[in-house]
Amino acid sequence: MHIKTLIYSENTELALQLLGKAIQLSGAGVSAIAVDGDQASILVSSGAVKTYLVKDHSFDALRAGILDVVAKESPELVMFGSTKRGRELAPRVAAALKAGYSGDCFEAEQVDGGFAVKRLAYGGSTIASMMIKGKPTIISVPQRSFQKPETQGKQGEIIELVTSTPLSKVKVLESRTKKTTDLGLENAKIIVSAGRGFKKKEDLKLLEELATELGAKMGCSRPVSADLGWMDQWVGISGKKVAPRLYVACGISGTIQHAAGIRDSQLIVSVNSDESAGIHQLSDYSIVGDIYTVLPALTKALKERLK
Amino acid sequence: MTGKDKCVWRGKSSLITVPRIVVLVKDIPDLNEVKIDTSTRSPMVESAKRRLNDLDKRALEAAIRMKETAGMEVVTVSMGDEKTKTCLLEALAMGADAAYIVSDPALKWVDAHATSLVLAAAIRKAGAFDVIVSGELSLDGMGSQVGPRVAELLGIPQVTYAKELKIEVGKYIAVRDLEDVDEVVEAEPPFLATVVREINEPRIPSLMNIMKAKKKPITEWNAEALGLKADEIIAFVRVVVSDVKAPEVSRKRVMIKAEKIEEAVAKLVFMLESEGALE
Repeated sequence: MHIKTLIYSENTELALQLLGKAIQLSGAGVSAIAVDGDQASILVSSGAVKTYLVKDHSFDALRAGILDVVAKESPELVMFGSTKRGRELAPRVAAALKAGYSGDCFEAEQVDGGFAVKRLAYGGSTIASMMIKGKPTIISVPQRSFQKPETQGKQGEIIELVTSTPLSKVKVLESRTKKTTDLGLENAKIIVSAGRGFKKKEDLKLLEELATELGAKMGCSRPVSADLGWMDQWVGISGKKVAPRLYVACGISGTIQHAAGIRDSQLIVSVNSDESAGIHQLSDYSIVGDIYTVLPALTKALKERLK
Repeated sequence: MTGKDKCVWRGKSSLITVPRIVVLVKDIPDLNEVKIDTSTRSPMVESAKRRLNDLDKRALEAAIRMKETAGMEVVTVSMGDEKTKTCLLEALAMGADAAYIVSDPALKWVDAHATSLVLAAAIRKAGAFDVIVSGELSLDGMGSQVGPRVAELLGIPQVTYAKELKIEVGKYIAVRDLEDVDEVVEAEPPFLATVVREINEPRIPSLMNIMKAKKKPITEWNAEALGLKADEIIAFVRVVVSDVKAPEVSRKRVMIKAEKIEEAVAKLVFMLESEGALE
């Protein structure tokens, strides 16, 4: 396939992953936009034939610079890294070019009449396959979707791009470094989680006892937090996405919302008295039984195991 | 269609103009109700109740709070159908003053590009504004593109990922939630802001406000009313969804029935130990 590709990400690691995919898609003819000299040399030596350097990193300058390069190179495909910056630039560039755009694509292939891509939909519970047509096609790509190019030491051209943009109407007053956020649930090795099977807040002590025995962090399903307010944070699409070694769902029915949040868990165990509850389908091991009797028994069994 | 040239941002016809905030709101299937069809692995979205997209509700809440501090007018603009109108009642009950909806059967399957063209046209027709606010993402399509696209089509700056948005001594101040920093910005109207979940908790409307909402105006337009031809809009569609499926779940699905709880629990502990899940 003889297509031209343009890549951009201010994150060099991600830019290299885009470059790897772009080289595979276009054989040759990959152009890149870099935000500093170091990034430009890395991209060139890894296989970008032309690298345009944009030194002004404001949103407006990048937008104008990317549009300028698209006009010069007329690529079939423009790939952005799915960083916050990439995800705000890509749709805006797409609108200016009247182009089709799909965000957060973790697969992209050239097919007859356009590009076939895959991305998550419905809060991450499902995968949507899409066709994008028209020139250029624009996508953004999350981290670790594609491999970096293996080769290094290649030759290419670095072109400094001078963009003139009117003074922005959005003035940055202050940049505050973020406090380290609470990484509790996302990094937990074991999580025990409560659902609507718990009848009152006090009953959560059954979960607490199990958590202590397992050395686990506690989570819950959306209604327990958002509707009942028994806990601060929930596991699910709109809450925390978790990936523990062991996830124990207690009295949780297993909606799409919850399923998408726990999908990356290594082992899922559930306790639910309803045999037809969806959570059993999402579990490696499940006990069909009442949490009010199963949880204390489980805690006791774990305690005895340690003796 | 670029709109950069002949847009009048502030109403000039009346003597007193109240700055207006436009909120882009969208209805989506309630993801807590969506089940996956186990034979086809497709999400069953048609049967799920439709609700306002959560982040759009937060965008609306932010707009209403600005209205409460600085006396603005808040209107919503949507694209949708009869079900959308039901959801708009909630927006009106929360505190929006009026709602505009573009409803045209021909536009049912259009993509974000075409949607943005329609919404931009509707915003222009609805009149002058200071700020457009919308959710950063809608949970159904997860495209995160209509906001920035509309800003580009209207030729106005964007303030994305706002976790705070307010008026302080006549100035619009936002705090943007970026990767390593929180960026405090002052934006000169007109501009478009997209909001993230941290911005607020949307209010639950009182019964009285729900009653009042029924008397607030909902203006409905079709494509033609916006000076757009439905077939031209459809020709703008660039992205077509070919299929949506839940990924295959490869779980062991071992079900232990708890006739004797101690036995079931012992079995489970044994399994967990042999999996190396306990330490």
